[in-house]
Amino acid sequence: MARSDRVGVAKTYKLYIGGKFPRSESGRSYPVTSESGAFLANASQASRKDLRDAVVAARSAFGGWSGATAYNRGQVLYRVAEVMEGRRDQFIAEVRDAEDVRPRTAESLVDTAIDRWVWYAGWTDKLAAVLGGTNPVAGPYFSFTVPEPTGVVGVLAPQRSSLLGLVSVLAPVLATGCTAAFVSSDARPLPAITLAEVLATSDVPGGVVNLLTGQAAELGPWLASHADVNALDLTGADPEHRTELARSAADTVKRVLRVPEQEPDWTSSPGIGRLRAYLEDKTVWHPMGV
Amino acid sequence: MSVALAERLDDATRDASSLRRFLAGLPGVDQVGLEQRAATLATRSIKQDAKRWAIDTAISMVDLTTLEGADTRGAVRSLCAKAVRPDPQRPDTPSVAAVCVYPDLAATAVEALAGTDVAVASVATAFPSGRSNRAVKLADTALAVDSGATEVDMVIDRGAFLEGRYGDVFDEIVAVKQACGDSHLKVILETGELATYDNVRKASWLALLAGGDVIKTSTGKVSPAATLPVAHVMLQAVRDFHEATGELRGVKVAGGIRTTKDAIRYLVAVNEVAGERWLTPSLFRFGASSLLNDLLLQRRAKQDGHYSGANYLPE
Repeated sequence: MARSDRVGVAKTYKLYIGGKFPRSESGRSYPVTSESGAFLANASQASRKDLRDAVVAARSAFGGWSGATAYNRGQVLYRVAEVMEGRRDQFIAEVRDAEDVRPRTAESLVDTAIDRWVWYAGWTDKLAAVLGGTNPVAGPYFSFTVPEPTGVVGVLAPQRSSLLGLVSVLAPVLATGCTAAFVSSDARPLPAITLAEVLATSDVPGGVVNLLTGQAAELGPWLASHADVNALDLTGADPEHRTELARSAADTVKRVLRVPEQEPDWTSSPGIGRLRAYLEDKTVWHPMGV
Repeated sequence: MSVALAERLDDATRDASSLRRFLAGLPGVDQVGLEQRAATLATRSIKQDAKRWAIDTAISMVDLTTLEGADTRGAVRSLCAKAVRPDPQRPDTPSVAAVCVYPDLAATAVEALAGTDVAVASVATAFPSGRSNRAVKLADTALAVDSGATEVDMVIDRGAFLEGRYGDVFDEIVAVKQACGDSHLKVILETGELATYDNVRKASWLALLAGGDVIKTSTGKVSPAATLPVAHVMLQAVRDFHEATGELRGVKVAGGIRTTKDAIRYLVAVNEVAGERWLTPSLFRFGASSLLNDLLLQRRAKQDGHYSGANYLPE
């Protein structure tokens, strides 16, 4: 048989929940096209029940992930970057199709994304030293502060930057020891699905990251009002909806990350603002000299 | 089946060999058809008001269970508090049916549940393996009953059943039933160890003939525990037993049922196989521990319009 006669094996793009790749509970899917309109794939369109399952998975994974040593989390995240590197060509092709950029630009975006992941991986065991410390107090106490992960973080990932933007919002969640349920870019979900495959084949425990592909406008309100989500990143939400989402998040006292009106330039250095956002300070006053 | 069966039932319990003849004469289970029917019924969608009703019904059918070596009196007391008021912030939440504990802790549960509608169930007869002699098993039962347990969950001797000594199993259930006095007897078949659906059917009839008030799938200590097809077989047995004798016997499914979705699938099976009449806590139970919290979370989600979290419920 001539090589050209071979029937290609088309990939089914699914969700990533609790370490598994299920289809949407609703059975829905939607076509994903490139920026220029060419058909790329059918992606699962997640429903609110998928979102519920994702949060349950994130919650049950939180104990193990937040309880792992910072050193171990750093190693696991570094391993993710290693596997991303192995899939570099696939990421480049997907980013090129999704964002309609020139091959060289796509290459640079993917490299920056991998480097960003490594950068955040390096932060895991430095956070306590940089953001915590001993406090000088005027009394017979030894007072010190340690940062602890906030919990389950709901993320509406950037709509435009399909990989670098996603890595920039996701890696800080994991580096702090939080777990994530995130909704990928609606129109550009494929790099996110590949990233989920990378996470599944690294040493990241199932449930630490949960991917939903679908519409931020549909899933956002359920994510924002969910009582078991502790922090919220509304980067991917329509700016007009953000106030309302933040208001419904307030009912359960979620941390809502302050994000710029428009998507920022993800290539610039991120700083540690996002790490700080997903940490709670625990301060201990220990009596001494009594 | 019914008239002829009724006659055969009288004959069945005469002695060990007639019992063996009766059990051998039960029709075989069509495995493919059974599993297909169970799977089809499991896809039925229960929404809105029906789901609300199903959640409350399922809560009222829960035997809230703790069967750990590390159980303490304090843990049992707090479990009892939860059984009476599963969701303290929502006083309209129904209480569960019973609390299920080991016999030495039954007295603690009875004391904690005094004056409430929640029953105390105690496992007995060398639970979970059932590997001991008759005297020890009866003493175990007596401990449960004397402590005030109004329901006793016994295990059958699976070894004897698999060896084909049906008469021994039968006699043991009869003896335990006698030791129970007025307490309800639930007979645990441990279907995960019975290997075939035919055996499940035989064991179900055996337990019903011997006087078990409820037949129960599993101890929860063996995998697989409760499955939908097994529940179908057992529900068929209580239905046919009712048709033949007019007596109403119950079914309890236990082990591995953790989500509201699972629970609702069982309720659908109860309705479709046994009938609506069995949709009551006196005839159908869930043996579970983590299921209750999932039911409560879904109940809250229905009431609040948004999802809730385990942090909002008592442990």
